[in-house]
Amino acid sequence: MSGHTAPSLLLNDEQKMLSKTAHEFIRERGPAARIRTFRDSNDEVGFSRELWNEMAELGWLGLQIPVEYDGLGLGFFDLCVVLEQSGRELMPEPFVSTLLLGTQTLLLGGTEAQKKALLPGIAGGETLVTVGYDEAGSHRDSSNVVTVAKTSADGFELSGEKVQVLDGHLSDRIIVSATTSDSAYTLFLVDPTQSGVTITRQSRIDGLNAAIVRLEGVSVTVDDIVGELDGGASLLQAVCDRAAVGLSAQMLGASEQAFADTIEYLKEREQFGVPIGSFQALQHRAVSVYTELALTRSVVLAAARAIDEAPDDIARLASLAKATASETFMHAAKEAIQMHGGIGVTDEHDIGLYIKRAQATYMTFGKPSQHRQRWAELHGY
Amino acid sequence: MSELEAFRAEARAWVREHAPKSLWGTSGSGPFEGYWGGSKCDETDPDLLRWRDLGVEKGWTAPSWPKEYGGGGLSHQQEEIIHEEMKAIGVPRPVAGQGLAMFGPVLLKYGNDAQRARHLPGIARGEVRWCQGYSEPNAGSDLANLQLKAERDGDEFVLNGQKIWTSHANLSDWIYCLTRTDPNAPKKQMGISVILADLDTPGITVRRIDLISGYSPFCETFFDNVRVPVDQLVGTENEGWTIAKAILGHERSSIGRSIARQPGSAQQEVVARARKHLDVADGAIPDPLLRDDLASLGMLEEAFHLTLARIQQSAASGTPGPEGSITKIVGTELKQKRFELGMTVAGIQGLGWEGPGFDDDDLQYTRDWLRSRASTIEGGSSEIQKNIVSKRVLGLPEGKK
Repeated sequence: MSGHTAPSLLLNDEQKMLSKTAHEFIRERGPAARIRTFRDSNDEVGFSRELWNEMAELGWLGLQIPVEYDGLGLGFFDLCVVLEQSGRELMPEPFVSTLLLGTQTLLLGGTEAQKKALLPGIAGGETLVTVGYDEAGSHRDSSNVVTVAKTSADGFELSGEKVQVLDGHLSDRIIVSATTSDSAYTLFLVDPTQSGVTITRQSRIDGLNAAIVRLEGVSVTVDDIVGELDGGASLLQAVCDRAAVGLSAQMLGASEQAFADTIEYLKEREQFGVPIGSFQALQHRAVSVYTELALTRSVVLAAARAIDEAPDDIARLASLAKATASETFMHAAKEAIQMHGGIGVTDEHDIGLYIKRAQATYMTFGKPSQHRQRWAELHGY
Repeated sequence: MSELEAFRAEARAWVREHAPKSLWGTSGSGPFEGYWGGSKCDETDPDLLRWRDLGVEKGWTAPSWPKEYGGGGLSHQQEEIIHEEMKAIGVPRPVAGQGLAMFGPVLLKYGNDAQRARHLPGIARGEVRWCQGYSEPNAGSDLANLQLKAERDGDEFVLNGQKIWTSHANLSDWIYCLTRTDPNAPKKQMGISVILADLDTPGITVRRIDLISGYSPFCETFFDNVRVPVDQLVGTENEGWTIAKAILGHERSSIGRSIARQPGSAQQEVVARARKHLDVADGAIPDPLLRDDLASLGMLEEAFHLTLARIQQSAASGTPGPEGSITKIVGTELKQKRFELGMTVAGIQGLGWEGPGFDDDDLQYTRDWLRSRASTIEGGSSEIQKNIVSKRVLGLPEGKK
């Protein structure tokens, strides 16, 4: 903490109510088992548009979107209240792609025209906007953008290939990074129905929907630039910090649910004539997870609060939240499987879905080790 | 400005005006740091003594105790604010120790008026130092197994047996003891009573215990036909276990909090040691693995402080969460990690016990590292804490221990 007065880490009465409503709604309407259903039916959408629209009507998609773009004009903190609950059931709806990546990019870098054109539709549930930034070599060096923007008569021609673009198969707009000089890249808004864009769905372990977005000489104009020309790196970094915090809120929820399911199982499952939860070997491991959950909740709330109230502290606290939540979720998921025993590794049981999501989120928006290196830099060592 | 904000401004002004400048930045301001007082105290630092006197005069050595007992008559929230303001500039509380942090609150709750009037003012003024007689050789984690006998004989109890880990018994004036008053009670938690004893009473012998760090606050305290008047029984005879648990709860939260130094200070300390021993004055420390370890420590430290803040905020809002139960587990783990990493960066320069070839601060650090091994044992081991969380917070069924 920079000063001795910590930020407020409590939910106000409205946020508590929102959390409770979202918890009940999502538990009933969006249980984690849907991941298996979408997968096994080769569903073309991969999530429920109907549910997405209902959440739009409840106001959840526009919580953080300003009133002038038909949102509720609340804070990122409020959005995180809903994200936490969506994480509990591993919802495959486009929270990360549209509410985190797309919306944050538009809010931070979008022109008035871009915001007017897209944010009301996002708040209303009808518009999906994602960001494509990963490429085939990104896991080796995420700063190396191969996709290029070649200057043309009307503006630019984009060529390259983005991979694992979340909800790329259904998005109305895809914001992509493309190099505009030797050392810099720019973010461009692409309409996927344009000629030269090819979308190929990908299948991942975690039930989120992803696609390869291939760009072959796709024409865009200066009006399609999001943020500054050659300013893609700093904008994307700021977006990823916010997205990392939102994802951390989802990871917190997912860890809480995996843990709650595990505690319930420890109380029910009997071996040697007693509930296995009476064994100290398991009790102490359960307490270790509980302890990590308590710490994770604190850092996620602090980071979410910083996004609304302490811009200078966002980078540091985003790294803290993402690193902590990643390790906690992975640990909670591994312990959940181990304590469930054999049933835990079957496809039939939901608990296995959690470790798949844990691995995916661990690798998204920076691994913990990368965030620790950044934390070290930010602290001057 | 809210009432509490106004009080914070007042507390800040008072602390900054009165705390002697030589004490600024010298303390984490925990409940066990600073001037412990008592009749055997040989403190000579005039600034510490002046700070004590100013605190006593203001009633701010025990801000939340009633004024009639030498306190400040303030709320717990106001007390918290005063301590935060001392911590903000790194000055110790004017008086520290067991009496203020642990025994006093218990006496306020369970003692009678005569006992409060007799004992509390001396504690608040730093004149009487107290120690705690809890553990025994065969009653560690299984504390309820304690055997120190207290037999009624007319108007007196006669005490026979032994206490161990009685911190600072050699420097204290009084001891509050858990004793066995009914050896035939159906459960071992029954038949326990809290009895107070003046350490100068004939029959009490105190012996210091050296730890692996070469020194320690710990003692063994032996009772050989020690006669104390029955009015030194606190609460109801044979129902002392309730009080014992209250003190333990207090101890856990104060240990958790006392470990919490300035946010970021653990990271700073170890980074500074790394810079010194690796001879890297500033900029990036070249070893990425070490940076990763340092960042892990720094992140855990910040998460711990944010969690303490969250616990405090939810307690202040009237709905304390169950997270309070984990502060000792996490705080002591953080402390041990800090010393482990601090030792690692020193390499063989951390191996000195005393004498030539070693820096004084490295010698001290090594002793502190050794001392830190006790932190996950004393005040209820981490395993005992986990048993408690498992049962009370997670609701897991009790099993064989």
